[in-house]
Amino acid sequence: MCRSVDVRTAVLAKNDGLAAELRADLAERRVAAVNLLSSPGSGKTALLELVLRRARERGLAVAALTADLATENDARRLARSGAPVKQVLTGGLCHLEAAQVRALVDGWLPDATRLLFVENVGNLVCPASYDLGETLRVTLMSVTEGEDKPLKYPTAFGAAHLVVLTKTDIAGAVGFEDGVFSAAVERVNPGVEILRTSARDGQGVDTLLDRVLAVAGGAAPHAPLLAADHLRRHGHDHDPDAHHHDHGPDAHHHGHASPAPTA
Amino acid sequence: MHELSIAAAVVESAEGVAREHGADAVAGVTLRIGELAGVVPDALRFSFSLVAEGTALERAELVIEEVAARARCGGCDARFAVGSPPALWCPHCDTPAAELLTGRELELAEVRMAGSP
Repeated sequence: MCRSVDVRTAVLAKNDGLAAELRADLAERRVAAVNLLSSPGSGKTALLELVLRRARERGLAVAALTADLATENDARRLARSGAPVKQVLTGGLCHLEAAQVRALVDGWLPDATRLLFVENVGNLVCPASYDLGETLRVTLMSVTEGEDKPLKYPTAFGAAHLVVLTKTDIAGAVGFEDGVFSAAVERVNPGVEILRTSARDGQGVDTLLDRVLAVAGGAAPHAPLLAADHLRRHGHDHDPDAHHHDHGPDAHHHGHASPAPTA
Repeated sequence: MHELSIAAAVVESAEGVAREHGADAVAGVTLRIGELAGVVPDALRFSFSLVAEGTALERAELVIEEVAARARCGGCDARFAVGSPPALWCPHCDTPAAELLTGRELELAEVRMAGSP
């Protein structure tokens, strides 16, 4: 004899719930969080260092978390910008989870912060499944990585609010075909904006900051078709006042049927 | 290898369901995994066998139902298979999809309790 229970819950419901609460709390504190996803070596840290520097020059209260399996090297590099920076050592874990961001938001994030950049572990597979309570999810790749990368990692590129191409200053030298890349992005994420950047000559740095400021100011980000189920179900309203409504602590439960015995 | 974290989440929730229903052991769980969930079923099976050891799911059978990715066209309203690599464009009228209908599932669908008195 065997009883079976039809549960129909998201496997990552716990992370999704924590992320939803974090998103609401950050909105209340008027902080917009940006989750940066890319492969190792795509130039996330170099670009972020420049973004933080520009933000400080523009008088914006920015902070950054940077996650790696080991070493504090990235935090040291980012701290040169003068912005508050915290290294998260994942101890071998291949992605960040909402609980780790929550711990740092509660224990460390300076009160005045308006923009929080979260540099995820360099990996285009695992971090794509974990909502961190971010306002904006940005997926980056460099011109050296192959134009078809968005097709190889469709979840990471397909769920992005914004796609950023890095190291454009060497695009010519490596024979990067922008049209092939753009078509691949458009195939998995129709309508998403692609921002071309270079940490070497500063291309796109101000525009990236402008995009972040726009969503921080309440503009709705692009709605990716491959966004995780719990995000698509609730829509993505980032008006701070609407947050309680859309992402309140209880809101993440709806859509998940309560456990009900079926046999 | 985030399949290990995912397997741990499956075991945690299934143990919770078992406790709620007064069962000491779980005979099996069914997961629904979408083609675009970013999870590799074989890696998940392997991780599950490791994580389940010493828990109420130690002898549980893991059933994985894979869910194909399908989308609805924003132009002609046709339903179509997204394919692999995915194309979120309608194969009939070449318009972007209005929504993804299935394919991102990462869901604990069913928990079967072991032999109750």
